[in-house]
Amino acid sequence: MPARENILARIRAANKVANVTDVMDSSVADRLASPPISPLPKLDWDPEGQFKRRCHESASTLDEIAQIDELPLALTRYLSKNTLPTKLVCWPEFIDLPWSAEGIQIESRGAIGDDKVGLTGSYCAVAETGTLVLLSGQESHATTSLLPETHIAVIRRSRIVKTMEDAWQLIRGEVVSLPRQVSFISGPSRTADIEMTLVYGAHGPFRVHVIILDQ
Amino acid sequence: MELTSHQFKSVSSAKLKDVKLQKALYKAKDGFVVPRAKVVADLDNFEEIRQAAADVRDHGLAHLDVYLEEWEKQAQAAGTIVHWAESYEELNALVVKIAQDNQVKKIIKSKSMVGEETGLNQYVEGHGIEVKETDLGEYIIQQAGEHPSHIIAPATHKSKDDVADLFAEKHQRPRLDDAEKLTHEAREILRPHFLDADMGITGANFMIAETGSTVIVTNEGNGRMTTTMPRVHVAISSIEKCIPTLDDFALMMRLLPRSATGQVISNYVSMTTGPKRAKDNDGPVEFHVIILDVGRTRVLGSDLREALRCIRCGACMNHCPVYQNVGGHAYGWVYPGPIGSVLTPAYNGIENAIDLPNAATLCNQCGVVCPVKIPLPDLMRKLREKQYERNLKSSAEKWSLRLWAYLALRPKLYSIVTRIMARVGKLLGGDSRRINHMLFGGKDWTRHRDLPAPRGRTFRDIYLNRNKTTNR
Repeated sequence: MPARENILARIRAANKVANVTDVMDSSVADRLASPPISPLPKLDWDPEGQFKRRCHESASTLDEIAQIDELPLALTRYLSKNTLPTKLVCWPEFIDLPWSAEGIQIESRGAIGDDKVGLTGSYCAVAETGTLVLLSGQESHATTSLLPETHIAVIRRSRIVKTMEDAWQLIRGEVVSLPRQVSFISGPSRTADIEMTLVYGAHGPFRVHVIILDQ
Repeated sequence: MELTSHQFKSVSSAKLKDVKLQKALYKAKDGFVVPRAKVVADLDNFEEIRQAAADVRDHGLAHLDVYLEEWEKQAQAAGTIVHWAESYEELNALVVKIAQDNQVKKIIKSKSMVGEETGLNQYVEGHGIEVKETDLGEYIIQQAGEHPSHIIAPATHKSKDDVADLFAEKHQRPRLDDAEKLTHEAREILRPHFLDADMGITGANFMIAETGSTVIVTNEGNGRMTTTMPRVHVAISSIEKCIPTLDDFALMMRLLPRSATGQVISNYVSMTTGPKRAKDNDGPVEFHVIILDVGRTRVLGSDLREALRCIRCGACMNHCPVYQNVGGHAYGWVYPGPIGSVLTPAYNGIENAIDLPNAATLCNQCGVVCPVKIPLPDLMRKLREKQYERNLKSSAEKWSLRLWAYLALRPKLYSIVTRIMARVGKLLGGDSRRINHMLFGGKDWTRHRDLPAPRGRTFRDIYLNRNKTTNR
């Protein structure tokens, strides 16, 4: 691969790196081994309150439930209030809830182009920016939060962390290696490409509804 | 992309008289400058964070070879296929080869400025493969057959009416009259392409050495679609986008959306590490990353090195009084505004973009807002010096500078000449105290504006006199 070698050689020449060794520069090795945290802004808010504020600012709607069993009822409430279809696709973790009692038709699979409502969990959430963090995987299809017009996400209260740095800390501790995609989602899809006019639903969901779960 | 920066003067004169463009630029200025100021104030230690970001970028660039090797190692471990390209042709040919190897007929593309540099769309289409831009702004200009005029808002020079006419013609549907309806029509038209395209091409805002990931930052969701739906994904990026760690990325994300659109965070930040895993239900089967070096290593070894810190937020152009008046197309290449005035000559040769480093008042608005503290006015000044050293300046400018230098080195003579000029200037200014018509080299100056006339006494006269009267 001549391009690779040529480019690396040119970088070394530009940086005046005299001899190339197999030993990594200690400032680089240290940074990679234990990544330092750069100065943070003042985080003088309680994470949950900040998360809710930011969700609101980024045009997500919010609800809270005490137990996961309450999810079907909470969804019915939301869907009927917004006159949305009661046919959903969801991540496998939610399929065993008592959906039929609420008249909701739900399937556990990835979304396709025609699905209107998608229900997902959330690995964690970042309070500073009101952001859901979703990891793609076998049990957490990326399409469910992307293709439907409405995305409903459940986040456990205990999984709301302060900053993106905290989210990385959590991931480093719990996940062996990064999944194919880590998606940070902050509110519905939007654009302002025509005369700076803000429009929701550019390509992704028109609506994001966040349900905070106590337990 | 073809370089037309040598036409800067004539194109910008025309742009100044383009009423529609002036209206669009005025809107864009308010849309970017005010929201940015608000969310920056929201960080109590913006300056500290900015400095940290500049330091991280400098550290990353100082060890760029090691970080790129680490990035490659991690990316390959996750199953990413890594390519390197030393020329635009090489990158374009790699993309076409990947497409042909995978029997690709249709490509969906999320915005990439590197792709604009290499003229990727035209090249790929030349090989019989369909390419659909999917960022709304990029889609608009692709339909119109134009180039982006801004790095994050590519169609900012277009009015709603322009878009309405364009869509009516291209979509063969009734003409729509508001931004929301137009956006949703584009959504409807593009959705089937997302679902049946064979390959997706994206840029990469960052490459993260620690994990071998690439990241794209978008608001529309087209980036997530492009990285998730097709069976092949190709990300194109350039060497200087590599940063060390996930935490360094978190730092950059505190600055990029704030500086770009005045958002606390962009809607979708999508970090990709490798292709679809064996048991995953979605994602591409193949993930390629092509890393480009055209001009970057040359800049790295030069005194313009700080320009490589750039994270492509666009704040420098949004705040530039020249950009605000002439728009992005006048700059004649991919990157407009102050950063473009540095990168265009740095990547394409200073003799090919003579006017750009001079198309600045050096007011330092760009330097003040740059989230990674690139000293843009200093870099433009260095380019001006290089123009002078390489004898690329006009003879009138050279002679004026020589004359000024001659006087400046002789304080007494300088004092006499400036006294005469201050008095003559006062006479020329007359009652209006403005000079409207200068002669010789000054003709160009007064063609579009006037000059406040001197008041008859030089600063030194006034200062000396003040010392006498106040006896200090």
